[in-house]
Amino acid sequence: MKDEKFGCRKSYSEPGPGDGGRTGSWRVLRPVIDLTKCIPAKKNKPACFTCWLYCPDGVISKTVPPTIDYEYCKGCEICAEECPVGAITMIEESILIMEEEE
Amino acid sequence: MAEQTTILNLTDEEFVHPGNRACSGCGLSIVYRVGLKALGRDTILVVPPSCLTVLQGLYPIAATQLPCLNVTFASTAAAATGVLGALRAQGREKTTVAAWAGDGGTSDIGLQALSGACERGEDLIYLCYDNEAYMNTGVQRSGTTPRHVITTTTPITGKHQKKKDVPAIIAAHGIDFVATASAAYPLDLFDKIKAAKQISGPRYLHIHTPCPAGWGFSSRYSVKIGRLAVETGLFDLYVIENGQFRLTGQSQKMLGKKRLPVIAYFKTQSRFRGMTEDQVAQIQSEVDAKWAGYEKMMGEEAGC
Amino acid sequence: MHIIESGNVAAALGVKLAGVQVIAAYPITPQTPLTEKLSELVDSGDMKAEYIPVESEHSALSVCIAASSAGSRTFTATSANGLLYMNEQLHWAAGARLPIVMCVVNRGVGAPWTVWNDHQDAISQRDTGWIQLYACDHQQIIDTVLKAFCLAETVSSPVMVCYDGYILSHTYMPFEIPHEDAVQQFLPPFTPEYKLDPKFPANLNTVTLPDPRPDVRGELAPGYMEIRHNLHMDMRRSLDVIADIETKFTDVFGRGGTPFIEPYRCEDADYVAVCLGSLSYHLRDVIDMLREEGVAIGVAGLRVYRPFPDQAIRDAFSHKKGLIVFEKALSYGYEGPLYADIKAALYAVSDRPTVRNYILGLGGREIKTTQLAAALRESCQVSAGSTDVPEFIGLKM
Repeated sequence: MKDEKFGCRKSYSEPGPGDGGRTGSWRVLRPVIDLTKCIPAKKNKPACFTCWLYCPDGVISKTVPPTIDYEYCKGCEICAEECPVGAITMIEESILIMEEEE
Repeated sequence: MAEQTTILNLTDEEFVHPGNRACSGCGLSIVYRVGLKALGRDTILVVPPSCLTVLQGLYPIAATQLPCLNVTFASTAAAATGVLGALRAQGREKTTVAAWAGDGGTSDIGLQALSGACERGEDLIYLCYDNEAYMNTGVQRSGTTPRHVITTTTPITGKHQKKKDVPAIIAAHGIDFVATASAAYPLDLFDKIKAAKQISGPRYLHIHTPCPAGWGFSSRYSVKIGRLAVETGLFDLYVIENGQFRLTGQSQKMLGKKRLPVIAYFKTQSRFRGMTEDQVAQIQSEVDAKWAGYEKMMGEEAGC
Repeated sequence: MHIIESGNVAAALGVKLAGVQVIAAYPITPQTPLTEKLSELVDSGDMKAEYIPVESEHSALSVCIAASSAGSRTFTATSANGLLYMNEQLHWAAGARLPIVMCVVNRGVGAPWTVWNDHQDAISQRDTGWIQLYACDHQQIIDTVLKAFCLAETVSSPVMVCYDGYILSHTYMPFEIPHEDAVQQFLPPFTPEYKLDPKFPANLNTVTLPDPRPDVRGELAPGYMEIRHNLHMDMRRSLDVIADIETKFTDVFGRGGTPFIEPYRCEDADYVAVCLGSLSYHLRDVIDMLREEGVAIGVAGLRVYRPFPDQAIRDAFSHKKGLIVFEKALSYGYEGPLYADIKAALYAVSDRPTVRNYILGLGGREIKTTQLAAALRESCQVSAGSTDVPEFIGLKM
């Protein structure tokens, strides 16, 4: 047990990721970006980023192309719903896991 | 309002750690993530019990990268006042103090403290994220739950009373900045918080915040449903600056145009499942009357 | 410098001397002149502090909780229902380990409404985790305010300075105002271990699990129960701190006394009257009267109610024949709370004194010297024994 007087006397939390654990494990469906459709990927320059804007958990990067942090993505599907060109498909985790195992 | 922020120039700096305890597709997560971008690092937060308490994490790990004081349910705006007092006493006035509370913590139990802070002219930004019920405790009705909504404390015939108009109550204090925003329009929210930061005194933002679990829809549609609330004219985006009301963003664009019928919004969520056709028609006529008022007001302004 | 002023003004001057940075208060009788004086001191520029006129007592303590969390020395004051309205916040301030000082100008609580003095307000908040100190006169009020800040900041716990409404708050007495230089020597500026600061972000008072949990560095942080245990142990340890502060105060200001119990003619007494607050000074006259009658009696005022100075009570009273506990409060359905505490403190003492309990002065009922003398005469008979149920003094039924 840490012995700094202060930390033991009151509820004092320090910032850090993953307080709720690896929330990627909540996911039933995994968002997968089709880079042939994704606007910034196609243009090869910063553009669109609608998925990044609406992602509640900030797990999509504002990069070319955007990437998704599956460690923490909760699989809410908002990115897939909001993508203006339908570049994000939700694929069942179980299928992907089976494919990865093969 | 100054230059509008776009997705491309919105900062990619994040202030909320991933792996937090918010539900999948949480509207508050969108609002909070974008809101903190607008508030910036030199901010102290004050938070009463709410979904945000859960999002922020359990001791000793915090999902928020800003300093935050968790306070009792009724005391949000008073606690923000205390932080401000200490900052003034210590010559640290540059730091922004922002209170984040839910609709229950604002419209019900926290209203007295908020009213006191507004009357005293405290230099705080108060953000109410309105998910229209006590979601953290399991979807009980609040003052801002709309009429006819099924909650766990209005389980059979729905809520019989109207949604409390909190922004109007706060505006009646004569403060310089009151605005509404929506999780579905994060850039509009960002710009409104930025505008609020430009002035001092009490500043109030009321943010419509869809909740998949509490409203009964798939998390996929959190943004879409927020948008429908605005497009049907049920929840309006506006700013009251120095007493001057004006519609903003999508709501402003809808002036003089045909709105989507309110049923388009109601049918997307199971919480409205108890509504009769007559009730839908009644709400539609109220929304039509409200918008007729907006049209008239804008017409008069254009006329003079 | 000696002045003649009210007890409320004595408290206000103590707050000014302590260099309080943030004051928040809501008016309630009989605390009101204290907050009026503080607002005057701040408004006139005599005192450099933020005075925040909040819309409720709940908010008053909320402001103090937040300002203290942000690193400022804070003060509030209240009475009666105002204190009760703060109840949730009292627990919060103590649990968050904030060194807030609050004057409680003791008054009975409603319903029915009463504005007059008794101790039910503060006593009913006994288990909120606040240290409770009681003053008997105006000098003790101003001195105790200074000691309270020193104590609160040393042990990271909030402190109530309790004094009787009207009897002390509104009466005028001469008292010495401590010199500013001496106060600075006695009470250094407030340096919190942590204050809310964007440069060092931390999230305070978050939901805490029943069990310990690793922090961001992988070190195990205590659970809720450990935090509570620490609060309790620090409260117990604060008894030593109270004694040290009394010594330090006496060294610096040349006045002071015993930290826990203020005895009067107790040394050779067989019987001792025990109470909280100004009543102990009232009883001194009665003691003098009874001494002339040949009764070996003294009076002891308790200066600290929580943490309970049980060892000091055993040290002082174990060998006495009898204790007579006078109380302006009740634990409804049982007996006087102080009486219960004193009996418990003496439980392990063999051949312990008899203990009697008198309830008096509720809602400002006048306490007559003749009534006190009669109760004490009766209590000092060898045949008197302990009371089974508290007796009410001056009850007109």
